[in-house]
Amino acid sequence: MILLKNATVVNADGMAQSDVLIDDGIIARVEPNIEEFEAQVIDCEGKLVFPGFIDMHSHFRDPGQTYKEDIITGAAAAAAGGYTAVCCMPNTVPPLDNAALMAYVRARSEAADGAEVYPIGCITRGQKGEELCEYGLMKEAGAIAVSDDGLPVANGSVMLNALKYAKTFGLTVISHSEDKSISGSGVVNAGENATTAGLRAIPAAAESAAIARDVLLAEEADASIHIAHVSTAASVDIIRSAKARGIKVTCETCPHYFAATDDEILSYNTNAKINPPLRSQADVDAIIAGIADGTIDAIATDHAPHHFDEKNREFDYAPFGTVGLETAFSVAYTKLVLTDAVALTDLARLMSYAPAKILGLDGGRIASGARADITVIDPDTELTVDTSAFKSKGKNSLFDGWRLKGKVVKVFVKGEEVYL
Amino acid sequence: MKRKDILGIKDLTRSEITEILNTAKSMRESLVAGERLPVMHGKNVATLFYENSTRTKNSFELAAKNLGATTTSISVATSSVQKGESLVDTGKTLDALRTDVIILRHPIAGAPRLLADNVKASVVNAGDGFNEHPSQALLDAMTALRHFSSLAGLKIVIVGDILHSRVARSDTHCFTKLGAEVTVCAPYTLLPDGFESLGARVETDLDKALDGANIVMPLRIQRERMLGGYFSSLEEYRAYYGITEKRLRFCAAGAIVMHPAPINREAEIAGDVADGPMSVIEEQVTNGVAVRMAMLQLLTIKG
Repeated sequence: MILLKNATVVNADGMAQSDVLIDDGIIARVEPNIEEFEAQVIDCEGKLVFPGFIDMHSHFRDPGQTYKEDIITGAAAAAAGGYTAVCCMPNTVPPLDNAALMAYVRARSEAADGAEVYPIGCITRGQKGEELCEYGLMKEAGAIAVSDDGLPVANGSVMLNALKYAKTFGLTVISHSEDKSISGSGVVNAGENATTAGLRAIPAAAESAAIARDVLLAEEADASIHIAHVSTAASVDIIRSAKARGIKVTCETCPHYFAATDDEILSYNTNAKINPPLRSQADVDAIIAGIADGTIDAIATDHAPHHFDEKNREFDYAPFGTVGLETAFSVAYTKLVLTDAVALTDLARLMSYAPAKILGLDGGRIASGARADITVIDPDTELTVDTSAFKSKGKNSLFDGWRLKGKVVKVFVKGEEVYL
Repeated sequence: MKRKDILGIKDLTRSEITEILNTAKSMRESLVAGERLPVMHGKNVATLFYENSTRTKNSFELAAKNLGATTTSISVATSSVQKGESLVDTGKTLDALRTDVIILRHPIAGAPRLLADNVKASVVNAGDGFNEHPSQALLDAMTALRHFSSLAGLKIVIVGDILHSRVARSDTHCFTKLGAEVTVCAPYTLLPDGFESLGARVETDLDKALDGANIVMPLRIQRERMLGGYFSSLEEYRAYYGITEKRLRFCAAGAIVMHPAPINREAEIAGDVADGPMSVIEEQVTNGVAVRMAMLQLLTIKG
C-alpha cells in the first residue's frame, strides 16, 4: 500500500486537498486525513496529483526503425513525461496492420518499465489507402483505434467505408487529415516566413479542407472520428461547427501548435520541421481559444523521434517531427495554465480524462476504485529542457533549451512506482 | 568584414553591403586595367555545386584566380556525393583539405547555413533553393550604381517567377536596404504569400508596375512552370508579362534593363530589348567577377 499525503488532487471535474491510498494497483480511497499504518507514506505537500497522462499519439518506430526509438525506450520516455498510457501509431516498418503486430506491441509493453503501450492499427493494409484491415481481429489483439497516420486515406469512398466498418467493431478512426495534393512537396507553413526563408510552402487548406471532408464523411457514416494534431484556425472553426451539427467528432492538438509559431523555421532548425507545420500567431491564438472553449478535446504529443544524423541535414531532406513526451506537461503548464488560458482541471481533462474517454481506456480520474495510474507534479520547479537527459532515443526536440515550469516528480502505473 | 560567411543579403547590414560594393569598385578598375591582385596567394577556394550553373561557378573561379587563390571544383555528378556522402561530411572533408572558402550552390534553402554551422571554412552562398543568391544581388546593385548616383528613391521592377526565385528575394533585400522602392510583378500563381513583408510592393498589372520605373528586371520563365500549372501558355505569358520595347515606354527616362541570365529570348524578354540600348546585361557579367572578388577578399583577408 502507498499513501500519498497532503496532496492537491486535480481531476477534470475539480480540485481538492486530499490523501490518496493505493492498494493492489487500485486507488482504494481518496479523502483527507487517511491513517493507514501499513502503507508507505509519500508526502505530497505542495504537489499536484493528476490522473496519469494518456498520450493518444506517439511514434515508437518499433518494429523496423528501432535506432530512432523502441517500445521499451518509448515507454520509459513516456513515464518520464508523466504519461501512464501511450498509444503508438502504426506507421512502423512493416506497418501495424494485423492482429499479430497488435499482440507484438502489447507483449513489448508488458516487458517495458514505464507507461502502458497500446497499439493503433492501420485503417488500410500497408497504409496504402485501398483495402481495409481486420479491425475486429486487431481489436481483440489489443488495438484501441485505427489510423493511417502520415499517409491519410485519399480515396473518400474508402474512408467512408472505414468509418462504417470501424463503427461495427466499436473502434474510433483517428484521422491525420491532410490533402496531399494540396500540401505537395511543401515543408513549412505557407506565409511570410516560408517566403522569407525560401522554403516550399504547405497551404493551411491542406489540413482544413481534409478535415472538412472527414467530418462530413463521419456524419454520413454516423460514426465517431477523432482528428489528429489540429493546427490551423480554420480547422478549429470547422470542428466547432461540426460539433454543433451533432457530428461525433473529437480532436487533439499538440504542445508545439500552441507554444510555437513558424518563426522557428527562419533559422532552418530542422527540429521545427513538423507535419502539420508550425503555423502563424493567429493560428496559435485560435488553437488556444479552441482548447479553452472545449472544441479541442485533448492534447497529444505526436512524439516523433529521429536520429541526430537524419535531422542534421538539408531542411528538405530532414524528416518531419519533434519528440514531445518528456516536455508536453511542462510546455502545457507553462503556456496554458501559467498564462491563465486554462485551469489546472482543464489540463487533467485534456491530458488524461478526455483521451481515456475517447479511447475507452480505464483511467483518466483520481477516484476510489479506479486503476492507480497517477502522476505527481511539482508545479514550482523551473527547468531548462536538456535533450541529452531524455530517456527517449530521439533528441530532436523543438523545445531544447526552453525554460519551463512544472516538473513530473513521481509516476505510478497500476500502482507501481516507475523509476524516473 | 567581421563575419565568417556570406549566406544571404537578409543577414547583411547596409554598411556591409556598401563595404562590398566599394571594394568591388576598385576590383573592377584593376580587372579592366588587366592588373593582377595576388592578395589571396596561398588560399584555397572550393566550389561545391549541387546544381548545374556554369556561369556562377566560372565567375567565382575566375574571381578566386584573379586574386591568386588556388581553386578546387567539386561537381556533384562525379564526386563522393554520388556515393551518398552528406553535405556535412563533404564539408568536413573540405575542412581537412585546408579549404579557406567554400562556394556552395544547393537546391535546398538553408543548406549554406547548415554547412557553415558545421565547417571551419568560410561559406559563400552561390544560390540556395528559393532563398538567396547574394552575389547576384550585389552585382545587380553594383550595376545599378554605375548608372545611377544613388539607389535612394529609385523605382525597381522585378517581373516574372517571383515564387521560385532566389534572385527576386536577394535583390529585394539588397535594393530596399540601399533605399530603392522595389515592385514585384507576376500573376498571383507566381507570387509567394506575404512578399510585402520583405519590403516590396506587389503588382499583377505590368503596365502599372512599369509606370515611372528606373530599372526593369525580367526573370527567366521556365517551361516546367507551365506544366506545373502556374501559367497557361508562353504566348499568354509573353502577352501580359513579356518585356518589349513597346511596354518600356512607360518607364522613366534613362531607365535600364537588367537580367540575371541566362535569358530566354522572346519569352520573358524580347530580343531587341536584350540587345538594345537600355540593356546592361553584358555589363552585369563583368561586375559579377568584381563583386565576387570583393566577397572573397573581404572574407579571407582580415585587418
